Amino acid sequence: MNETLKVDRRDAKLALAHIYVAFIALALGGLAGLLQTLVRSGKFTLPANISYYTILTTHGVLLGLVLTTFFIIGFQFAAVSRTAGTFSDRVRFWGWIGFWLMTIGTAMTAFFILIGEASVLYTFYAPLQAHPGFYLGLTLVVVGSWISGFAIFAHYARWKKEHPGQVSPLLTFMAVVNMVLWLVCSLGVAATVLIQLLPWSLGLVDRINVLVSRTLFWYFGHPLVYFWLLPAYMVWYAIIPKIIGGKIFSDSLARLSFILFLFFSIPVGFHHQLMEPGIDPFWKYVQVVLTFMVAIPSLMTAFAMFATFEMYGRSKGATGLFGWLRKLPWGDARFFAPFVGMLFFIPAGAGGLVNASHQLNQVVHNTIWVTGHFHLTLATTVVLTFFGAAYWLIPHLSGRVMTKAMNRLAIIQTIVWVVGMTFMSGSMHFAGLLGAPRRSAFSTYGNSPQALEWIPYQIAQAVGGTILFIGIILVLVIVTNLAFFAPKGETEFPVGEVAETAERTPLAMENWKLLIGITVALILIAYTIPFIDMIQNAPPGSKGYKLW
Amino acid sequence: MHIHKYEKIWLIFGIGSLFVFLTIIGVSAFAKGNQPPSCLTTIDPEKVDQTPPFNKPGLVKTGDNEYQLNMVASAFSYTPSQVEIPKGAKVTINVTTKDVIHGFEVVGTNINMMVEPGYVNSFTKTFDKAGEYTILCNEYCGAGHHMMTARIKVVDKQ
Repeated sequence: MNETLKVDRRDAKLALAHIYVAFIALALGGLAGLLQTLVRSGKFTLPANISYYTILTTHGVLLGLVLTTFFIIGFQFAAVSRTAGTFSDRVRFWGWIGFWLMTIGTAMTAFFILIGEASVLYTFYAPLQAHPGFYLGLTLVVVGSWISGFAIFAHYARWKKEHPGQVSPLLTFMAVVNMVLWLVCSLGVAATVLIQLLPWSLGLVDRINVLVSRTLFWYFGHPLVYFWLLPAYMVWYAIIPKIIGGKIFSDSLARLSFILFLFFSIPVGFHHQLMEPGIDPFWKYVQVVLTFMVAIPSLMTAFAMFATFEMYGRSKGATGLFGWLRKLPWGDARFFAPFVGMLFFIPAGAGGLVNASHQLNQVVHNTIWVTGHFHLTLATTVVLTFFGAAYWLIPHLSGRVMTKAMNRLAIIQTIVWVVGMTFMSGSMHFAGLLGAPRRSAFSTYGNSPQALEWIPYQIAQAVGGTILFIGIILVLVIVTNLAFFAPKGETEFPVGEVAETAERTPLAMENWKLLIGITVALILIAYTIPFIDMIQNAPPGSKGYKLW
Repeated sequence: MHIHKYEKIWLIFGIGSLFVFLTIIGVSAFAKGNQPPSCLTTIDPEKVDQTPPFNKPGLVKTGDNEYQLNMVASAFSYTPSQVEIPKGAKVTINVTTKDVIHGFEVVGTNINMMVEPGYVNSFTKTFDKAGEYTILCNEYCGAGHHMMTARIKVVDKQ
């Protein structure tokens, strides 16, 4: 690939618009997170009667749904434009439509949360009933993301037509897999919002089937986390090798791991519902088995990354078992931040297997252990990789360069994040093992001696949360500098090349009928019978409640 | 597709471990009965107060050293809010909700259930250690969620 390839100015504007919204969400959602840890320390109460749960809903929606979706779609637009060529005017037009729908939807959702009409958390479990505007706003976000997905598909289809018999660029292929995954899984949340929640909150129907709604939500909720993770893997597989000066270990294995994610990340929602009535334990186990299968592509990824690092180090003359570690560019924030993210994925992944195991899940379910877990996966692995990507992506798009001082600040930012997260997530894991619940304001549960044991950990969470907030301020300084103030110049959009020793990629990997067919078959196997059971044996539905 | 020898070793080891884990979980669940709470009984959430056994919530002796503890969750309390259980008793806890989704966690044990409107959830546990246990709601249910709690006292038999 040609190294001077630049993302077209017009496509860059589209990508940047998404990234700006993402970082605004980070600023506001991060502030909410800081306030939560302070409240839970027991030393601080929110002013002006603001509810802890309003802040918690804000935090979850802005960071879990807005920051991620906007950054991912912006990054993927840039990556597809860079590797499969400049968008047509039509594709770009639909990209903007998607952007505005998502932005209007976000504003609407945020408005109803902040006026206290939707303190239902980002999982919005019925029969807690939010204002219809909340559900409508979320619908616009999802529909906007679909339009952007179809814009990417259209661009990919054009590339395939213009390059018959050729394997598509790796980054474009990965973006397409991620958007297919997103489309297939978000059908579930769209179904519960449009068919169940919205009509019910508008008063068109009185009652709602709670278990069906939750099942549709978790059909979406687990692949959602892979929708966050796959762009980080795109950076690791296809971009990090170029940043360190090495090669992609294997193009076909990278694609295979993405295909396995597409297959196994959807039919696994029951592992979020293991403690739930109304679902036969046999079907829970079936989905637990499938959940474990989703660890396989992550094992492949770990191997590929370290193979790339070692091959590069040895090519630079490293000797001994671990000598290659010293050859890696530790002073380059574009490498350092994502690398730290990878390291954190080791305990994060192990914790994930704990959560997916029946009997262990019983110990940690809905405790703050789970919160600690996804602050390692999403809020460290994924987010540090996104930060690392922003350090070249934003200057590339804004026509600027990152100065040495900003790079140094970005290294410091990463270290601040590690320290803050070790305190916060570490103490969340420990407190969770002692039974401290997640999603709860400060409470001693009537001076229960067991609850009093959690307080030191909750203070540690507040210390960690404060350090992390400093980390957020640092990254916002860097991002603002890169977008508006850094010196003008050319920054490379790094795209890795495949090692000469790697084999050619089989074209069958882009047989979408086959890939989507297997995906749908696995979903039907995992869900059909328990879903029919749920509907046939449904109890009387539930009225809506507004208990906040 | 060619896979590097070292990657093969790595994947065989990794996937092998996953299957070992799954076997342990499966044997524990299906052979030893350590299934997660998955009760299939349904109930009308608006008629909980009239439906036995939840019309008279509390501890009921069902056999020699065997008990049923029937509890009702509602925003933001459990009924009953205090329970005494004789040490060593085997207790089947049945719990349901009158309104929204609640959690039912007994801190320091593996009793941890989702309580959802329309369903009864159930778990059996032998209380071998005397002392006080905190029950708390671990699924967000509204403004008073963090105040929702009850106590179990496990006492030595008279």
